Amino acid sequence: MTETTTSGNRPPETRNGIIGRPIDRIDGPLKVTGNATYAYENELDGTVYGYVLGAAVAKGRIAEIDTAEAERAPAVLLVMTHRNAPAQPNFGPTVTPTVPEVFTRARPALNSDRVRYYDEPVALVVAETFEAARAAAGLIRVRYDEEPGLYDLPGHIADAYAPKRTNAGFETDSVVGDFERAFATAPIKIDATYGTPFEHHNPMEPHATLAAWSANELTIRTSAQTLANFRAGVASTLRISPERVRIVSPFIGGGFGSKLIAHADTILAALAAQVLQRPVKIALTRQQMFANAGHRAEMVQQVRLGADTDGRLTGIAHDVWSATSSFEEYCEQTAVFARSLYAAPNRLTRHRLVPLDINRGEWMRSPGEAPGMLAFECAMDELAEQVGLDPIELRIRNEPAQDPERGVPFSTRNLVACMVEGARRFGWERRNPTPGRTRDGRKLIGHGMAAAIRPNYIGAAMARVGIDRDARVTARLDMTDIGTGTYTILTQIAAESLGLPISSVKVELGDNRFPRTAGSGGSWGAASAGSALYNACNVLKKQILEAAQSSEASPLRGANATEASFADSEVRIGQRSASLADLIGRVSPDGFEAEGSVAAGATTQSYKAYSQHSYGAHFAEVAVDCDTGEIRMRRMLAVIGAGRILNAKTARSQIIGGMTWGIGAALMEQTVLDPRYGHFVNHDLAEYHVPVNGDVPAMEVVFLEEDDDKANPLGAKGLGELGVCGAGAAVANAVYNATGARVREFPITLDKVLPALPMIAI
Amino acid sequence: MQSFTYERATSAEQAAAAVAARSDAKFISGGTNLLDLMKLEIERPAHLVDISRLPLGRIEETAEGGLRVGAQVRNSDLAADPRVRSRYPMLTQALLAGASGQIRNKASTSGNLLQRTRCPYFYDRNMPCNKRQPGSGCAALQGFNRMHAVLGASEACIAVHPSDMAVAMSGLDARIETVSPGGETRTIPIGDFHRLPETMPHVETVLGHGEMVVAVALPPPPPGRQLYRKVRDRASYAFALVSVAAIVEKGGDRIRSARIAMGGVAAKPWRATEAERTLAGASASDGAFTDAAEAALAGAVGHGANEFKIPLAKRTMRHTLAAAIERA
Repeated sequence: MTETTTSGNRPPETRNGIIGRPIDRIDGPLKVTGNATYAYENELDGTVYGYVLGAAVAKGRIAEIDTAEAERAPAVLLVMTHRNAPAQPNFGPTVTPTVPEVFTRARPALNSDRVRYYDEPVALVVAETFEAARAAAGLIRVRYDEEPGLYDLPGHIADAYAPKRTNAGFETDSVVGDFERAFATAPIKIDATYGTPFEHHNPMEPHATLAAWSANELTIRTSAQTLANFRAGVASTLRISPERVRIVSPFIGGGFGSKLIAHADTILAALAAQVLQRPVKIALTRQQMFANAGHRAEMVQQVRLGADTDGRLTGIAHDVWSATSSFEEYCEQTAVFARSLYAAPNRLTRHRLVPLDINRGEWMRSPGEAPGMLAFECAMDELAEQVGLDPIELRIRNEPAQDPERGVPFSTRNLVACMVEGARRFGWERRNPTPGRTRDGRKLIGHGMAAAIRPNYIGAAMARVGIDRDARVTARLDMTDIGTGTYTILTQIAAESLGLPISSVKVELGDNRFPRTAGSGGSWGAASAGSALYNACNVLKKQILEAAQSSEASPLRGANATEASFADSEVRIGQRSASLADLIGRVSPDGFEAEGSVAAGATTQSYKAYSQHSYGAHFAEVAVDCDTGEIRMRRMLAVIGAGRILNAKTARSQIIGGMTWGIGAALMEQTVLDPRYGHFVNHDLAEYHVPVNGDVPAMEVVFLEEDDDKANPLGAKGLGELGVCGAGAAVANAVYNATGARVREFPITLDKVLPALPMIAI
Repeated sequence: MQSFTYERATSAEQAAAAVAARSDAKFISGGTNLLDLMKLEIERPAHLVDISRLPLGRIEETAEGGLRVGAQVRNSDLAADPRVRSRYPMLTQALLAGASGQIRNKASTSGNLLQRTRCPYFYDRNMPCNKRQPGSGCAALQGFNRMHAVLGASEACIAVHPSDMAVAMSGLDARIETVSPGGETRTIPIGDFHRLPETMPHVETVLGHGEMVVAVALPPPPPGRQLYRKVRDRASYAFALVSVAAIVEKGGDRIRSARIAMGGVAAKPWRATEAERTLAGASASDGAFTDAAEAALAGAVGHGANEFKIPLAKRTMRHTLAAAIERA
């Protein structure tokens, strides 16, 4: 039996108070005791080890590759190059015909003598030990015919082209009214250009795979956010049927979008395992991840705002020029959020791309909103100052009654409530709107805020749930827990639905022998997999109730009340009740099993009829050292309206993680592409700075009471990435408030504020 | 990483002889820098002599009233030593400003002095680098050089020495004691220990091959208050953009003497002797601090992305001198 619901028709449910409760992570003890097995920790009999050698140039051709010495090295089993790698399909077109094919297309490795980007794999050494493979990789000699490449976005804006669509299938441009005319006549204008740099995901766990063939099946133990994508990508690259590929990924040490598709570690391990007929294990090194595991592309963003003297927007324009790859297009949907955020009669958003000789950009935490709101919400701060309005009041004045470009109502929208509640809790009224006026000793203190918006995505998902005669529940789906708390919230959903304690529920994830889901990405995981499981539990309950009423062995036989509930490990029909275990033991000693699913949100009527987003307001206080310009956070607050909260603890963790990304984006994260060599210069964690504990201040997160019955049966909406959206802009606006330095080239490092700092007497 | 052989040294003299016997041998202690470089094949020793277990892990009082720090004293132990904390507080401050707790638990005193630059072009074997491959050129000179030197650099190399500890030791006039393969010992003032790049940036110290650091002698603490100020891009676990170690001795309203060393600005801890001369006898005033900072950076040259280090170093020095005096 299966049940499919589409969002919008929400069945009644029991209220056992388990959903929402801040319970600890189910998988926490496994992780902190080292008993959660991550991809590279898997070991099979006969496992051998691969090491990848990357290209020393960013563009050209391999003229000569001498592997003789490496092949002779101790314990070496295989040196694979484009000359002897198994045949794979060619990479194919720059743009796939449809959006889903981006995720499933073949991604061949060692398939050509062409070098498309710096550190692209040119050889794989497999040996009996990791050390032997690594040492032998150093013995390979490669001569390249190097070709001049293009590595400079700002210098080539004039060569930009318009893609056919953005990531996630949005329109490249949107036009409402006549922006240019409105802007020309607007009494108040902001025209500001911001630079947002290359950034890298840098999950703690590197991209790693153990591939093993047995009989006719290839098993890939890897670190994946979305198993179906890995399965399809591996199958199309190896030209085998997807049914022959099993992906296993029960624990993931962070992904942030960099593990939505298979990368070189997976493809090369699969190929080498095929050649050697032994299990092959490969991890990308931290340095290799910078070139080979995706990035957020560098962008130039121009934001133009026209307003009347009361601060009412008459025109909004957000133009984005982004770097892309010469061989595969990726257009982050950077200006798309601006189509829904504020009211204005005249609107224009555009995305343009400049192809560089670099690897393809990939989905990186809050694609679109993260860089887009960093720019746009700073521009709103600039406008507030020019109009002479409080930044919150400015935003309230531009609150739309319905989605301003789609013309449909919002499912729920609590942006104003988030800002108002945040202002109250943060003490916003004590902020001095004049920059550079607040001091604490030799620190300049600043306060900033920004709005947050993030679309609610639902991906198609299925789940299977079974219950045995002891009323023990097992839920299985090929969903992943990338550190977000998925195991925990799915456990809560099943326990809530079936009226059982969480200790009776076991959730098994990360194996595509289980029913297919959309995996983790785009903050759709909880709502998608959660709704599928919720529906599966409803089917299961129907089966149990039918048996309870009709089975001769049932203590509830003949009960015909219309009201039935599952609570306290009991089934209640009208006034009669029975223990769930006792009932199942009598009526169906083999237990029950059911499936449930949800359809992709974009295909549903509810999605077409309503503009569905999560909202929030970010607040930040910074201190800037007046002597050195060092910028340090003092406190942050986020007030969030994101539908029903499934677990207050893991939800808070998601938001503070996102806020930490905001600190990184505003103040430190930047990968430098050397325009002479085409390589990412600072490609390790010593030189690519992410916030460390000392950079993260006291953070407060408040969830507004909300339940979005248009979104899905659970009433929950996408949450994780919302913590990033606007957080960086709140920090940047606080830096401006502290110093009076409006830095538009991110990140705001101390050298950029130093010239604006006064020499304060000693 | 290429294969290597490994031995544990039995004595300082034996260790020195073992390294001297092979041109491709190196000492290893905590390995916090060397192993990273070996994984990337920037260092390719074929033989390692492990000196971490030698009995060089003590901190002893010296006859002159200072401390003698064994070469194998771990950074965390040195920072925590009560004598160091009370008599050389800026050394403790510098050590604790460096790296992370885990790394400080492994890193040795001599290894810290001998750590190599963090220049990203040095760290990438595909890039030109005169320090890694003499004669190949300097990719940093026209490249991403935000972290690089503004003092004492050359056309051949603009890399900086990354140590915090060494900057404090420079201000304290530390002396480095070594033993040579033949058993001879010598004492090298820290100011003479590291070399500026000139035309040979791959030669970073005055040590001969096989010559081993056995101790760092700290003279009796000089009069005056000590302060180490590190300026960096994030609150922890980042190398210095600039740092200032200052000891300022006041007499009445005047400065009797000052010792100042800077980090993050040169291929070695940079002793600001001109600034020290400017301050000696001057009034303890903003003007004097500003003059000293100007004197310290008088010869500084930026290379584009690191130009900001010049005003940053001046501002940091001005305030650090004032703060050192304020400290009770």
